[in-house]
Amino acid sequence: MRASVELQPLAKIRGMGMRIARHRLHPARLGSLAWATFRAVLVIGISFVIVFPLLVRSSLAFRAVEDMMDMTVNWVPRNLTLVNFQIAMKHMDYLKSVAITTLICLLLAAIEVAMCMVIGYGFGRFSYPGSQLLFGLVILSLMIPPSVVMVPLFLNFRYFTIFGLLKEPGLNLIGTSWPLILMSLTGTAKKNGLFIYIVRQYFKGVANELEEAAYVDGASPLRAFVSVMVPNAGPILMVVFLFSFVWHWNDLFYSDLFLKGMKVLPLALQSLTERFAYSWADPNIDGSHITLVSSAAMLLYIVPLLILYAVLQRHFVESIEKTGIVG
Amino acid sequence: MKARRLLPRLSLHSQRALMGFAFTIPFAVGFALFLLYPFVQSVMLSLSELSLSPDGFTTTYVGLRNYHHALFVDPQFRRVFVETLGGMLIDIPAILMFSFFAATILNQKFRGRLLARVVFFLPVILGAEVFVQIDQTHYMSQALGMASKGIVDIEHMKVIFGNTTATKSAVEFLMDSINRIPQIIQASGIQILVFLAALQSIPPSLYEAADVEGATGWESFWKITFPLMVPMFMVNIVYTIIDTFTSPSNRLMMYIKSSAWARGGYGVSVAMSWFYFLALLLILGVAVALVSRGVHYES
Repeated sequence: MRASVELQPLAKIRGMGMRIARHRLHPARLGSLAWATFRAVLVIGISFVIVFPLLVRSSLAFRAVEDMMDMTVNWVPRNLTLVNFQIAMKHMDYLKSVAITTLICLLLAAIEVAMCMVIGYGFGRFSYPGSQLLFGLVILSLMIPPSVVMVPLFLNFRYFTIFGLLKEPGLNLIGTSWPLILMSLTGTAKKNGLFIYIVRQYFKGVANELEEAAYVDGASPLRAFVSVMVPNAGPILMVVFLFSFVWHWNDLFYSDLFLKGMKVLPLALQSLTERFAYSWADPNIDGSHITLVSSAAMLLYIVPLLILYAVLQRHFVESIEKTGIVG
Repeated sequence: MKARRLLPRLSLHSQRALMGFAFTIPFAVGFALFLLYPFVQSVMLSLSELSLSPDGFTTTYVGLRNYHHALFVDPQFRRVFVETLGGMLIDIPAILMFSFFAATILNQKFRGRLLARVVFFLPVILGAEVFVQIDQTHYMSQALGMASKGIVDIEHMKVIFGNTTATKSAVEFLMDSINRIPQIIQASGIQILVFLAALQSIPPSLYEAADVEGATGWESFWKITFPLMVPMFMVNIVYTIIDTFTSPSNRLMMYIKSSAWARGGYGVSVAMSWFYFLALLLILGVAVALVSRGVHYES
C-alpha cells in the first residue's frame, strides 16, 4: 500500500490537494465560484431576452385558430398545424420572393465588396491633396439620415435624366433594382461608408513590404492591388460581403422607396400583414389569423438568414477580430 | 515622342497621388450625385411646395412655411420628436454600458462561450426593419398582447403594486425602463463586436506582469483593460449615435417617412428631417467633445 502511494504521479497528488481545498472553500475560490454563477445567470438571461421574440413567434406560428381562444394554451399549441405557413407562403409567393431577394442581395453585396475594396484601398494606401477631406465626406455620408435625401433621391430616380444628360421626362427607374445598383457602384448605398472605413483601416495596417515587393517585381499599383493586396484580404472581404448581404436582406427603407412593385421579401411581408390587417370584410380570413399568419411569415423571412448564420457563424464572430478594425 | 513631351514625366509621389485619386473617384462621383445633389435639392424642397405631374415635377417657393407647418401645425411632430430624442438619450449610454459589459463577459473563458457569442450576435442578423413596422402597426397582436408583449406585463404589475395614482406613475416608469432592455440588447451587436475585438488585442503579457506584481483582477481591469478601451468608447459612441438616429425603424424616422406621402407633403417631411439632422449633429458634437477630453491616444 505504501509503495503505491509513493508511486502516484505528482499531478494526481496536486489534484487531491485541490479537492481538499475545494472542500474547505477558500474565500478566493468562493468568490470565483460566485462570479461564475452570476455570469452564468446573466448570460442565460440575456440570451433569453434575445431569443424570446423568436420563441413567441414560433409558438404562435404553429397554432390553429382554436388555440388562440383556449386559455390553457400558453406556449405549446394544442393543435399543431402548418396551415399558417401554407397561407403565408401562398400570399408572399414565398419561393419566388426568396429567389429574387437572394439574387438582388448577392448582386448588391458583390458590387459593394468590389467597390468598397477599391475605394477603401485608395484611402488606406494613398494620400493626395484633398484625400482627408474626401474621407471626411465618407463619414458624413454615414451621418446624413436617409430621410433628408429620401424625397429628392426618389424624384431623381423617378425622372432619371442622368442629371440633365437625357431629355425630360427621362427614365423611370423606380420599380427596378437600378437605383440600388447605381448607389452600390459608387459606394453610397446603405452603410457603405462603414465598409469603406473598415477596409481603409485594414489596408492602413498592412505592412509596406508586401506592396513594395510587388513594385520591385515590376507590378503597377493596380496590379499590386489585384494580385497581392486583395488575395490577402480574405477576412475583410468576408465581413463586408456578409454584412452587406444581411443588411440588404433586412432593409425595408430603400426597398420600399425604390423597389415598389417588385417581388422582394420585405415588401411581400409588408403587404401580407396589411392585407390581413384590413380584411375584416373578407369572410375567408378569420380575425385571429393575422397574428398567426404573420408570425409564420416572419419565421419564413428569417429562415434563409438563420441558415446562412448557422453555416458561417464562425466567420461572423471571428472575422471582425481579424480585420484589424481596432488598431 | 511628342506625346511624352506634352505629358511631363510625373514624379513617383505625384504618380501615387494620381493613383489614389483614381481609386477613390467612384465615391467622389457617388457622393456628388447621390448625396450632395439630393442634399441641396432637399434644402430647396424644404423651402417650396412640390407638385408632381406625369412629365416631371414643379416647385413653387413658399419660404419657411414648411418649417412652420412642421413645428406648429402638424399635430404629432413635436411630441414624437421630443419623445424619440428623450428615449435616445437613455438608450445610447445604456447601449454603450451594456455592450462593454457583455464584451468583457464574452472575453472570459467559460463553458458554452461559443454558443453565447453566437446568440449575442444574433440581433445583428435578425434586425429586419419590417418586423418593427409590423409590431407597431399590428393592432391585433397588440390587442392580444402576444407578438409584441414586453418581458413584464404592466397589468400584472399594477395588480401587484395596487392601482392608485401614486404607484401608477412609478410603476409605469419602471415598466418603461424594463421594457427598454430588449431594445437595448438588440441594438448592441456591432458594439459588442468592436469591444470584443479590442479586448482580444490587449497583449496577455500586460496581465501577467500585473499578476506577478500582485494586482487583483479588479485592479488590473481598471488599470489595464479600461484605459486601453477608452478609444474604443469613442468609436462606439459615434457608431451608436449615428445608428440609432439613422435606423429606419425608429419612430421619428417612420413618422417623417409617412408624412412625405400623406399629411403635409414632401416639403414638410423634408423640413422635419432637417430638424432631425440638426439634432443629430448637436448630440454628436456634444458627445464627441465630452468624450475626447477623456481619450488619450497612445502614439
